[in-house]
Amino acid sequence: MSVIAYIESNNNRVKKTSLEAAYYAAQTAKLLGTEAIAVALGTHDAAELAALGQLGITKVLHDANARFDSFDSGAVCKAIATLAANSSVVVLSYNQNGKAIAPRVSVRMKAGLIPGATALPETNGDFVVSKNVFSGKAIAHYQIKTDKKVIAITPNSLQIVRGEGSAAVEAVSSGVSDADFVTVIKSEEKASGKIALTEAELVVSAGRGLKGPENWGMIEELANLMGAATACSRPVADVHWRPHEEHVGQTGFTIRPNLYIAVGISGAIQHLAGVNGSKTIVVVNTDPEAPFFKAADYGVVGDAFTVVPKLIESYKKFKASSH
Amino acid sequence: MKILVPVSKVPDTTSKVAFTEGNTKFATDNVTYILNPTDEWYSLVRALEIVEKEGGSVTVIHQGEADSEQFIRKALAIGANDAVRIDAAATDGYNVALNIAEYAKDKGFDLVITGKETIDYNGFQIGGMIAEMLNVPYVSLASSLEVAGGKATVSRDIEGGKEIVEVSLPCVISAQKGMAEQRIPNMKGIMSARTKPLAVVPALTETLTSIKVYDLPAAKTAVKLIDPENMDELINLLHVEAKVI
Ligand SMILES: Cc1cc2nc3c(=O)[nH]c(=O)nc-3n(C[C@H](O)[C@H](O)[C@H](O)COP(=O)(O)OP(=O)(O)OC[C@H]3O[C@@H](n4cnc5c(N)ncnc54)[C@H](O)[C@@H]3O)c2cc1C
Repeated sequence: MSVIAYIESNNNRVKKTSLEAAYYAAQTAKLLGTEAIAVALGTHDAAELAALGQLGITKVLHDANARFDSFDSGAVCKAIATLAANSSVVVLSYNQNGKAIAPRVSVRMKAGLIPGATALPETNGDFVVSKNVFSGKAIAHYQIKTDKKVIAITPNSLQIVRGEGSAAVEAVSSGVSDADFVTVIKSEEKASGKIALTEAELVVSAGRGLKGPENWGMIEELANLMGAATACSRPVADVHWRPHEEHVGQTGFTIRPNLYIAVGISGAIQHLAGVNGSKTIVVVNTDPEAPFFKAADYGVVGDAFTVVPKLIESYKKFKASSH
Repeated sequence: MKILVPVSKVPDTTSKVAFTEGNTKFATDNVTYILNPTDEWYSLVRALEIVEKEGGSVTVIHQGEADSEQFIRKALAIGANDAVRIDAAATDGYNVALNIAEYAKDKGFDLVITGKETIDYNGFQIGGMIAEMLNVPYVSLASSLEVAGGKATVSRDIEGGKEIVEVSLPCVISAQKGMAEQRIPNMKGIMSARTKPLAVVPALTETLTSIKVYDLPAAKTAVKLIDPENMDELINLLHVEAKVI
């Protein structure tokens, strides 16, 4: 009874979130004394798939049917359930697509789902997986009671470790027919050259403290320099200073980057709910009493309009010296 | 157009999160409950807007004990036509989806619109599960929804952007920000909600998961304050100490 990892690629590169799923599956397989097999659907680069071996995947089942290149949660679910028929655990990322697929796979396989796991399972005795609840204010240890299990992991919640190895890529058919694709994709808009917020390791975010949309130049400059994504607080998105794709918090996106720099954001509990999983938080705020300082690792009590330009200069120096 | 909107009740975000019985139960004392924001603001309001334009009705469905009726009444006050309460405390996501799908399966709904997640257990799972149980299309994380000619056109989040997709009705959609604006119930709505139909149906009990124990995240260490004149130091700490750049 192997462990399955569901793999997605973007521009012929395996997504970082899928590398995490592959690594998680391999570690889980080790705990269960079995092998980890990847499932890849649609167009993928063969060398990228073989390189999943470095994460502990032994074999990749690849159904190259190009219809999978247009996402359809039902078709992907059916394919995974078919290819995982002899597997006990399915692992996938709880990224945007994963949120559509995992609940369906859970129902189709009658397999208990952990929607947003943050750690490897405990397998001595009950099968238990932890997950954040109450918007990061607590952790719940869930027992999966069914023989089959689906674990959807929160992006950026584990550090992958690469070793040696190459996975055997096997062409397969997942038994999905044209009639299974019921979603028609009319168009796609991607902010080109921008880093996707929910995947980003570094995020620079700003709030109402910046006073107006015309002042975001320095935030974007810092983000570009660092290779970071940009985010914002809700009121800033509500008044259209920034696009709503940047809104983080309880009613926006939940992110857990390695570094979250918050400029001119007070740190209301609804905002923290979306960012408190970040590994390191830096807060820049004129008000030393701003609640965000309680959630911060590093704090700068100062005016964004002087601090951020200084931060940009310091970062430039750092970059120049580290090359 | 017949639309079903599942709604949940959740502790208000400002509630203290604590546990009892050896950290196995959420401590409900002094907790204020609210309608789950993504259900109240996005899915319910968009359902009402669609019905206002196309005609039809909006049914809200909630799994919970009798003390949740005030939240169901609030959804009715905002404008839903009728309501169903599945008479059992909500346990795992699978169980809630199972009960909603069981109710919906032979009622001829054109659309089921859920919120993207509840703010207590943060599952993002009910919509997808209902879709698979009913064997209909599912579009998750939708920030806009239009219906015309038996089809739903939906803007869905993907990494770093959006895609516009079309699926046939009936289907399930999970709604998030962008979908609609919050509506505050008016006096007329509140009065009429008292007499709108609220059916109570029995619950199936099957679950696939259970929570064994809770714990709280490790306390944050105190913030390290950096001189605003010395951003070199901040960069150095991020590099050497935090190791994030
Ligand atoms: C149900 C509900 C859901 C919500 N969901 C969300 C959510 O998802 N995300 C979210 O962000 N909010 C959410 N909110 C709103 C939240 O409560 C706060 O109102 C919001 O986060 C405040 O945004 P802000 O920090 O940008 O603005 P403010 O609270 O106005 O804070 C601005 C900050 O900037 C500082 N400042 C001012 N000038 C400067 C300067 N020159 N340099 C540096 N600092 C400066 C100020 O000291 C202040 O701390 C929600 C609220 C409710 C009720």
